[in-house]
Amino acid sequence: MALHELTIAEARAQLDRGEITSVQLTEALLERISALEPTLHSYLTQTPELALQQAQAADERIKAGNASSLTGIPLGIKDVIVTKDVRTTCGSKVLENWVPPYDATVVSKLNEAGTVTLGKLNMDEFAMGSSNENSAFGGTRNPWDTERVPGGSSGGSAAAVAAGQAFGTLGTDTGGSIRQPAALCGIVGLKPTYGRVSRYGLVAFASSLDQCGPFARTVEDVALLLETIAGHDPKDSTSANLPVPDYRASLTGDIRGLKVGVPSEYFVEGMEPGVEKAVRTAIEQIKDLGAEIVEVSLPHTKYALPVYYIIAPAECSTNLARFDGVRYGVRLEGKGLFDEIESTRGQLFGAEVRRRIMLGTYALSSGYYDAYYRRAQQVRTLIRRDFQEVWSKVDLLAAPTSPTVAFKIGEKTDDPVAMYLSDVCTLPINLAGVPGLVVPCGFSDNLPTGLQLIGKPFDEATLLRVGHAYEQNNTWYKQHPSL
Amino acid sequence: MKYTATIGLEVHAQILTKSKMFSGCNAAYASAPANSCIDEVSIGLPGTLPVVNQEAIRKAALLGLALNCEIPEYCEFSRKSYTYPDLPKAWQITMYDKPICINGELEITLGNGETKRVGITRAHLEEDTGMLQHGDETHSLVDYNRSGVPLLEIVSEPDMTTPEEARLYAIKLRQILVFLGVNSGNLEEGALRVDANVSIRPEGQKELGTKVEIKNMNSFRNLERALVYELERQEKIAREGGTIVQETRGWDDAAGITLSQRSKEHAHDYRYFPEPDLPPLELSREWVAERRAELPELPDAKFARYISEFGLSKQDAALLSGERETADYFETIVATAGASNAKPVANWITGELFRLIKDGEETLAEVAKRVTPANLTSLIEVVAKGEIGSTVAKQVFEEMYRSGEAPTEIINAKGLRQISDSSVLSQAARDAIAANPKVVADYKSGKLPAIKFLVGQVMRATKGQANPQVVEEALKTELDALN
Amino acid sequence: MSLTPEQVRQVAHLARLKLADDEMERMRLQLSSILDHIELLQAVDVTDVPITAQVTDLTNVTRVDAVTSSLPVDAALANAPDRQGDYFRVKAVFEE
Repeated sequence: MALHELTIAEARAQLDRGEITSVQLTEALLERISALEPTLHSYLTQTPELALQQAQAADERIKAGNASSLTGIPLGIKDVIVTKDVRTTCGSKVLENWVPPYDATVVSKLNEAGTVTLGKLNMDEFAMGSSNENSAFGGTRNPWDTERVPGGSSGGSAAAVAAGQAFGTLGTDTGGSIRQPAALCGIVGLKPTYGRVSRYGLVAFASSLDQCGPFARTVEDVALLLETIAGHDPKDSTSANLPVPDYRASLTGDIRGLKVGVPSEYFVEGMEPGVEKAVRTAIEQIKDLGAEIVEVSLPHTKYALPVYYIIAPAECSTNLARFDGVRYGVRLEGKGLFDEIESTRGQLFGAEVRRRIMLGTYALSSGYYDAYYRRAQQVRTLIRRDFQEVWSKVDLLAAPTSPTVAFKIGEKTDDPVAMYLSDVCTLPINLAGVPGLVVPCGFSDNLPTGLQLIGKPFDEATLLRVGHAYEQNNTWYKQHPSL
Repeated sequence: MKYTATIGLEVHAQILTKSKMFSGCNAAYASAPANSCIDEVSIGLPGTLPVVNQEAIRKAALLGLALNCEIPEYCEFSRKSYTYPDLPKAWQITMYDKPICINGELEITLGNGETKRVGITRAHLEEDTGMLQHGDETHSLVDYNRSGVPLLEIVSEPDMTTPEEARLYAIKLRQILVFLGVNSGNLEEGALRVDANVSIRPEGQKELGTKVEIKNMNSFRNLERALVYELERQEKIAREGGTIVQETRGWDDAAGITLSQRSKEHAHDYRYFPEPDLPPLELSREWVAERRAELPELPDAKFARYISEFGLSKQDAALLSGERETADYFETIVATAGASNAKPVANWITGELFRLIKDGEETLAEVAKRVTPANLTSLIEVVAKGEIGSTVAKQVFEEMYRSGEAPTEIINAKGLRQISDSSVLSQAARDAIAANPKVVADYKSGKLPAIKFLVGQVMRATKGQANPQVVEEALKTELDALN
Repeated sequence: MSLTPEQVRQVAHLARLKLADDEMERMRLQLSSILDHIELLQAVDVTDVPITAQVTDLTNVTRVDAVTSSLPVDAALANAPDRQGDYFRVKAVFEE
């Protein structure tokens, strides 16, 4: 087996036994990245020198016998996550040259664990998009069919893992930006509970929805990554002060007696039959493994899309207001202070970012706040209550992730609403703040599909347990795209 | 036609804390070089998040309680959006519809001795902005040292009707802010900033006139001057049948006028919404009770008590109660000297001590290390016992002020104790009588006041250490014995 | 729900985005179409429903008043598009 096809757990075992070194792993992946980048464009910035330095340090640490579960494992980081001394662009021309003076908390945690950073991953500009086509530096392509999108906004993070350009990656998920690309690229992706992972150092898109989470090829690998990045951060006032469980310990393979709800509203009109079939087959298998399947209803699901497209743009319209070309980033010439600011923003932000800033500004503006923003926050309460009520009946939910498989590049770029519908099954989870795990569940038209498991707040362990049991009874995770 | 003025004040007070409102960045920026008191949060770097400084919350509540405000059980921060280079995130974190203090009042004493209550609408916490400086003709320079310093905005009801009332209100508010240690009271450095809202209406009319906001008054005197000017300006417009425009005007100190800064047509739409990065504050009634218990006795209460309990004059009571340090010092000494000695204690502090401090370069805190409660009490006691006279006492006080030595030591070392020994004085009296036969003859012939001359001679001979009453008795005895 | 060109201009001003005329019109049509979709919310009964501004259910998250962080002036200014000495430099304000 080629080195880049190892799982993190397998690589860990070989590193600890001294059969391979981190430097060897890192070199293999750097080679893989070089070979595939012209085709895939998963990375916006590669950091081979840093990676090799970290790999050498990791090898010494492993030799000294104090390796953590991730020491020496080469990983990639979505470019919306701030990295000290490594360019962080957020996929935007506005930040094309920004070299931050600090590390995001998740990056500090990875560094403490002794991981190897291969580079910064491509994404839709400021995490706004579902196809990666909104990257200002050119989109990433889907490793399973390079004429198709990898999903978004963490498209680079998903494609890199699927293609063996990283053993695992970090992404962020505001409305589905981890789960939808995980499904479209046939890998495992987790959006943790809001507050489980620190947001300090994630360049904010929508502050009340954003969460950072891992991608990998197996549930076990995702559990390892989550364990490392999760936990309370005094720099993030919204992070939960709760202990981080031993997630691997929950991967027992035994899911007997668990009640799994299937929300009828998630099988939306227009869902591709192949996707629905794959998801329903997966749910049947979960039943065969001893879980009880219960039909449930989350009646306010249909409002999630309009609620999301008020709250997320409103928050982003303020979060992105700081990009004025005064303290960092790029500044365009103009006739005076405000002319420069408005030219910089008007020309350097991409179309989707400008659209959402406009939409959010409008929704918050005087005279419209009550009709839009306030009402959206009230309906958000109703959506959240749907989930709170369903937890009295079931332990978790199983649903589709995306109504479609990966679509063709350019297919939806002219129709924002059609693109937004791509996230219809993932948005409600962010609005409720609960965790969502995507595991591959087979193929439709030779393209990957993903099963979405949705859990109670801070109960990632149950999602991982069910996801792992399902995964190990299938071989999807052993399949690799032919590149 | 006569006009009635309506004046309300908005006071911005920087809260005295070590670190800034939302990060552990040094807040002591006043004399620091440009951009040397900054961190990632205070210059709004992408990815950073705010964390509330609990000391700012505590001090805001203390001020609110001192102003008889209600402290609501629930308060929250909001985002206030506007773009300007001194505001690094392009939104200010502030309290909007859920402030920490509401519905208070402040009593002021007018020049004619009458008191007046001014309502406090609200006081809320926010972050200060950076500062823009003039660079050259085409450029401005930005310094973010001030950015993020905790700020308390205190908004009065429009209850004031004269510039004098506004000045007295501002002075009184400053006194309380400084007394509580909430604010330095420094207007020149901008630690305390006063804006006024002022309108006029024909006497008898209920409906308020068009409101004009005045800024840039950096002293209480200028506040009064600006209001006097502005009222005259508005009355002139009204008398001439013109229209008063709703606008912001700046006080031009050199010219002694207010100048239009921006009219309301360009009014900002601040698009307030709850700050998603900060969980709300729930201020329990127990917490508020603890803050109330922490509240010191305030200047007004001290003033009244110093008069009723200690019998001080109004003037001394005012001098001793206005500042926390002075009041604490006075009360500490009274605690040692006893309430019955409060008057001499007050006399010593407001007389000799204030005179010497004024001439010197030390603060009261430094001087208090030498003029200790024990020392001043001892001085008062030796004077009361008649061991030294008032002239010598002043000499001893000054020596104590300089050296910190105990009064008894000073008296002993310098031999300043009053001579009351009648045998010593009898001899001195006889010497004076022998040396001044003419004066003695005058006395004998019935010019009784001539004895004062002889007392003076004895006092001179004893270097002022004799007790003048005892000297006079001794002289009388000797003179009577002459026959 | 159809926005007027004037509304779009006003929002662009608030958002500090300079948009070309043709983009103003494209933006107007796209925003109007998105707002049509959002109209769905007007049918929801939200009587007495509290708002959800965040989902953490946390309160009173504060820190002790201590100086713990700083950024050297050179690190802060390293990314500045324009600087003069230790200041960030911007064009003077002409408008408003």
